[in-house]
Amino acid sequence: MKREASFLNSSIGMKVIMAITGIMLVGFVVGHMAGNLQIYLPAHDGVRPLDDYAVFLRTMLHGGGIWIARGGLIVATALHVWAAVRLTKMNRDARPVAYHAPVYKASTLASRTMRVSGAILAIFVVFHILHFTVGKFTPFEEGKVYQNVVTGFQVPWVSGFYILAMLCLASHLRHGIWSLMQTLGFNHPRYNDLRLKLATAITALVVLVNISFPLAVLFGYVKLS
Amino acid sequence: MEKHLNLTLQVWRQKNAQDPGGFKNYEAKGISTEMSFLEMLDVVNEGIIKKGEAPITFDHDCREGICGACGMVINGRPHGLRERTTACQLHMRSFNDGDVITLEPWRASAFPVLRDLLVDRSSFDRIIAAGGFISAPTGSAQDANCLPIPKDNADRAMDAAACIGCGACVAACPNASAMLFVGAKVSHLGLLPQGQPERTSRALDMVAQMDAEGFGTCTNHGECEASCPKGISLDNIAMLNRDYLKASLTYRPEVESGGF
Repeated sequence: MKREASFLNSSIGMKVIMAITGIMLVGFVVGHMAGNLQIYLPAHDGVRPLDDYAVFLRTMLHGGGIWIARGGLIVATALHVWAAVRLTKMNRDARPVAYHAPVYKASTLASRTMRVSGAILAIFVVFHILHFTVGKFTPFEEGKVYQNVVTGFQVPWVSGFYILAMLCLASHLRHGIWSLMQTLGFNHPRYNDLRLKLATAITALVVLVNISFPLAVLFGYVKLS
Repeated sequence: MEKHLNLTLQVWRQKNAQDPGGFKNYEAKGISTEMSFLEMLDVVNEGIIKKGEAPITFDHDCREGICGACGMVINGRPHGLRERTTACQLHMRSFNDGDVITLEPWRASAFPVLRDLLVDRSSFDRIIAAGGFISAPTGSAQDANCLPIPKDNADRAMDAAACIGCGACVAACPNASAMLFVGAKVSHLGLLPQGQPERTSRALDMVAQMDAEGFGTCTNHGECEASCPKGISLDNIAMLNRDYLKASLTYRPEVESGGF
């Protein structure tokens, strides 16, 4: 058997791809959340810090930065989905006949619904890009990020969908962060408690802050002018 | 206090590997709470044989929880709901009068059903043959204590070595993955000095065989650990992942001659 060629086709190799692309995507959602926090900063000389930040993102490295980030994200997402589809197929094939009434003792609803939460997140990402980058669904003005967000989230079904997607992200992220550490072999009795705490903390931070945006708009805390 | 129970068994009956199989109900009357689960099945089988029908086939050997031969999914759980207990060590006092008990074989494509509750677990043997061994001299015995082993490593290796290869981890895993079994074997040998010469090839070859047998992949549910009659820990899966990653990165391909 050719061992060099087998790593990327092995079950553990595919899991490592899931884990490494997962780390990249976790890094993105944390950064994205932190950047968006600028929606709460007051306007300076009539310029919203969030709009300023958007200009920075589009112009850094002479406009190349955003494409480097986008390229990395597209590759990471594609590999994450590709590995998930292959692993799911292996798992389905491994149990052709289901149990009459299986009883679960250790797994969580989150761990058993990673594929569902992942699929909803994939749909959400497409919706989110069409919404705030392309400018579909709600009134949109190029470059007026703050204004687009506020008018966008003032529509209850849009806010509702964002909040639903963030609950899926919470479920996906907590099991995913813990799971990727196990896959990469980060397991030690002195740090094992910390793994779950770290997963919970990152998840809580990202999801609670992200949910606060549509809620702040719906309740009128963040408004136009 | 001994009591007697009347139970209904819903048992998976399947003539051979080709037969699609299906559930059939049996009444188990006057079952003593002192009986083990397999003794209860023996009593039910005697009744079936007297009626001139084929008895329920199930695997068993030592009946004292150490051989790993027995095993069936009892009420949706491998070896039943009791923690750290093999099916043979499960006693009827764990059940109540009037209970309906569902019995199914391990469900995994790598464990084909041979008949009723009996599955073919030779895929585990092939994984062991692929790398679950050490090279040892067979001559005179070494001096005692000539190989220092930290106490902690000896304990962890012993914990991993407690695996009896029953396959409950595969049966419990929603993905029918054998990672806990392979993890236990890799940790057991990899934590000891005697296991070092083959450590790299062991991880690569056992995982390659595991994948070739058609087991699923680990999604870190933890069901395997919860159903293991010997309490094998998920830590062993992390160690397997570490060994496999390290081996994949550092493995040296065989060269025709010379080279380094």
